[in-house]
Amino acid sequence: MLILTCPVCGVTAEETEFHGGGEAHLTRYGPGSSEEDFETYLFMRENPKGVHLERWRHVYGCGKWFHAARCTTTLEVFGTYSAQTTEPPQELKDKISAKRPGWSWREFSA
Amino acid sequence: MSTRLSTGGRLLNRDRALTFTFNGTAMRGFEGDTLAAALLAQDQMLVGRSFKYHRPRGIVASGVEEPNGLVNLGTEGKFEPNQRVTTTELFDGLEAKSQNHWPSLDFDVGAVNAKLARFMPAGFYYKMFIHPRPLWKHVYEPFIRQAAGLGAAPKARDADTYEHLYAFCDVLVIGGGVAGLQAARAAARSGAKVLVLEQTAHWGGRAPVDGGTIDGDAPQAFVDAALAELGAMDNVTLRTRTMGAGVYDHGYVLGYERLTDHDPKADGPRHRLWRIRAAQIVTATGAIERPLSFAGNDVPGVMLAAAVRDYVVNYAVSPGDRTVVVTNNDDAYRTAIALKHAGLDVPALLDARTHAADSALMEQARALGVRVLMGHGIAKVQGGKRVTGVAICSQAGEGAVLEEIPCDAVAMSGGWSPVVHLYSHCGGKLLWDEAGAMFRPDPNRPPTGASGEGFVSVCGSANGEMDLAAVLTDADAVGRAAATAAGFTAQDSAAPVGDTPEEAPMAPVWMMPQGAKKELRSKAWLDYQNDVKVSDVQLAAQEGFESVEHAKRYTTLGMATDQGKLSNINGLAILSDALGQPIPQTGTTTFRPPYTPISMGAIAGEARGEVFQPLRRTPIHDWNDSHGADWEPVGAWRRPYAYVRSGESTHDAVMRETKNTRENLGLLDASTLGKIVVKGPDAGRFLDMMYTNMMSTLKPGKCRYGLMCSENGFLIDDGVVARLDDDTWLCHTTTGGADRIHQHMEEWLQTEWWDWKVYVANLTEQYAQIAVVGPNARQALERLGGMDVSNDALGFMEWAEGKLGDFDARVFRISFSGELSFEVAVPASQGQAFWDALMTVGADLGVMPYGTEALHILRAEKGFIMIGDETDGTVIPQDLGLHWAISKKKEDFLGKRAQERTHMTDPARWKLVGLETLDGATLPDGAYAKGEGTNANGQTVVQGRVTSSYHSPNLNKGIAMGLVLNGPDRMGEVLTFPGTDGTNYEARIVSPVFYDPEGSKANG
Repeated sequence: MLILTCPVCGVTAEETEFHGGGEAHLTRYGPGSSEEDFETYLFMRENPKGVHLERWRHVYGCGKWFHAARCTTTLEVFGTYSAQTTEPPQELKDKISAKRPGWSWREFSA
Repeated sequence: MSTRLSTGGRLLNRDRALTFTFNGTAMRGFEGDTLAAALLAQDQMLVGRSFKYHRPRGIVASGVEEPNGLVNLGTEGKFEPNQRVTTTELFDGLEAKSQNHWPSLDFDVGAVNAKLARFMPAGFYYKMFIHPRPLWKHVYEPFIRQAAGLGAAPKARDADTYEHLYAFCDVLVIGGGVAGLQAARAAARSGAKVLVLEQTAHWGGRAPVDGGTIDGDAPQAFVDAALAELGAMDNVTLRTRTMGAGVYDHGYVLGYERLTDHDPKADGPRHRLWRIRAAQIVTATGAIERPLSFAGNDVPGVMLAAAVRDYVVNYAVSPGDRTVVVTNNDDAYRTAIALKHAGLDVPALLDARTHAADSALMEQARALGVRVLMGHGIAKVQGGKRVTGVAICSQAGEGAVLEEIPCDAVAMSGGWSPVVHLYSHCGGKLLWDEAGAMFRPDPNRPPTGASGEGFVSVCGSANGEMDLAAVLTDADAVGRAAATAAGFTAQDSAAPVGDTPEEAPMAPVWMMPQGAKKELRSKAWLDYQNDVKVSDVQLAAQEGFESVEHAKRYTTLGMATDQGKLSNINGLAILSDALGQPIPQTGTTTFRPPYTPISMGAIAGEARGEVFQPLRRTPIHDWNDSHGADWEPVGAWRRPYAYVRSGESTHDAVMRETKNTRENLGLLDASTLGKIVVKGPDAGRFLDMMYTNMMSTLKPGKCRYGLMCSENGFLIDDGVVARLDDDTWLCHTTTGGADRIHQHMEEWLQTEWWDWKVYVANLTEQYAQIAVVGPNARQALERLGGMDVSNDALGFMEWAEGKLGDFDARVFRISFSGELSFEVAVPASQGQAFWDALMTVGADLGVMPYGTEALHILRAEKGFIMIGDETDGTVIPQDLGLHWAISKKKEDFLGKRAQERTHMTDPARWKLVGLETLDGATLPDGAYAKGEGTNANGQTVVQGRVTSSYHSPNLNKGIAMGLVLNGPDRMGEVLTFPGTDGTNYEARIVSPVFYDPEGSKANG
């Protein structure tokens, strides 16, 4: 059972207090988009063995969504950050680069 | 025979005799006994029958690894099956019954299976019960179900209580042997908060039995001193009878404490589940001795060598007058020595090894007169329900008998396997140690925590250290390292010095004799409980089950309640040999928590009965309850299905309520409906994205029925939206949808449109909402006095706020029944009084409360859809003929793009229609309409299905809705719906609006 820190209210709590929300930083495609873009948006997901950027909600706490950068194999949590952004903060990317040189996830990399 | 010795017994209190029963026979033991020790003391060697062949089974071990000694314990509410006799502490009045036999333990009909063993090889069930198919249902399945399971299922409700508790510590030490105690000491001296768990009732583990010295004294002196030191420290907590059950992510550990199993009359919870968070975990869980694989190694009386030693030293129990010891290592010599010291006979010690010089323990055994035969093993054990002798052979050969030695017990040792389970639970990796022929933890690949650093370390024999001196040095170092890793400064002090005789190296022996012939291999057991033999694993390998995980499932090796604690390493060694590959290449199966089975009660804790899931109650709940409510669970709510009067059936009540609502006046407790307020400058824009309809153009004072879809296009909820003022909307959702839709809105606001200025709040429980429905509805409200509810003042799909009598009311002129209908919301605190007032003013207007089933019939009569009936997560609004509720003006809303996909616009999608049986009967809900011919799988083609079906008392016939291929274009056509009862129902496709198609009744 993971321990995560909600960046909105600052509480560090057990996984049961949160709810996982799948992959982070999806771009929404609406009416007018191509079949391929829309399919990618709805169904295509990363499944990395390593660094993953994902969404969580502090469902039994402040109720706010946030993002987490986590390693799917070692369960290391590199950091959590605001849901109101389209990419992880540079500081966090640097931290991941220091620990996982050469990492990449979708368009983001070391 | 096995007996109690007149002296000795380290753990016994001979001053207190206890009585208990086994299979109804009264027996006696002493305080301090385990049930296993007490049974052995009464010569009850036979304790059960194996699972597949019903072979006689005796006690093999003295601890948690015991595979055979499983009993049904207790009676009634205290009954529990599959309790291990080796970990059950004896108490006065204990009642135990053996398992898996009929009619009796001694004479068991099922034992005929053993005679058929030749015809029941590995994978027997898979091979045997495939054909012919029709026999499965009536012959095979009942037979297998009868044979399945060892113990009996409890019938009475569990009379005990259980609890969950939380604990937090810097260093958690699991295991209270000398390694665990020293690790705890080394960690605690740094000031770290230390918690130590020991699964048994005693501290010290094996060391007091195995001997040697620590700092020049007997190990017990060390244990006493360590406990005294730890007990005096404020930062240390010690818990016995508490097993470390599982290690999980980020230092989470489950501890299982057995509080009253040894004293069932005591007050308080029986078991406690500890939910522990530790910065660092040290597992000092010891090692488990392995059996040797020789023919007849399952005959009662064949035991692990260390277990024999335990029974002699701890409980003064002699498993037999004459015990043959068979081993591949020095440790079993301690058993021979202990037996001799107790005055018992050891006719021979068979050592499979060949070597040059005697070790200290060998010399000691020889000096005591033990006949040591090097390079020898057991060809075959003689005896059925009890060992009568052994035939010995050369280990190197094929099993030619050299000599037969009469004996009544065999003590075997195949070496030791470190208990690496807890290290492995959360991803710790193992190394194969060639010298010890064992898997040990790889210190470079521990499970990692949130920081990416390892959080579990292992010490003592769990770490593969089998020598007392090394165990203590290791434990001291690991304890300090754990404290340091948890952020403390370890204190300098000398580690205790252990001393034991130097041992000769062990030699791996996976089969005895090395070249055992088939007839011997098919009598050499690996898994005693599930009856898996050496020959079964070899057959699995031969048939291509090469992965250890496949071989395990095919043979059921290690799948019994002991989870293969004795059998796994031996089994995978045999598998590796059969595959011609080294053991580390075969690898182990996955170690999964819990370490040993824990009770279901402990898992549930306090969460049972009413506490399991707290009920949500409307303000009118108690009134409903006292007026015949037949409760229907709707999420965590309870809603009245119908209000049943005395003398009528639930069906009668539903019919009465449905008719009365159309003819007079019905009241519905609609308080559970979701009420979500959406407010802000961008609220209209936001709702236009949430709903398929245009909500931004709704005028204040007006209501609009809205549909919500997921981004996949499918319908997820519906309800009436009212605009409260310029920037405020009130969204009604379904009962089950309130929390979900609130979260759905929050998700989009927080993660996609976070710059939009909108707040949403779920006010569902702030209001009681009552639907006042029927021709007399307006009259009832007018009698309360206050606001004008005339058609001119409050038209259909309008709402108004004001006073109804003394009540602060918000009145919505909306209808889910087609009748004149007002849904009135009042503050929750006024809900019951408002309900009472309506019942009073409605008394001579024919008022009756109605439940959810009447609600369903009323809406179905009008062809109104219900989320969850007409929708199932695959239905889009277009399927339901709801095009009118989908805005064509809006550029975008959730689901719009998805509804343009080819599958969504396919004309062959099933569409909503009404269905009317030709004879007035009610269609079975969920029935499928038969099509022409069969599909590629030989199944009947279907062309539609029933989504809602009721008997309508107002129309006096069955009415239904369904989704049908090209349905709206096929009005009048008759479809056939086969029922599950074998009859066919014929129904005509009609309009889904059965009642008042003109809609005249809604105006009263």
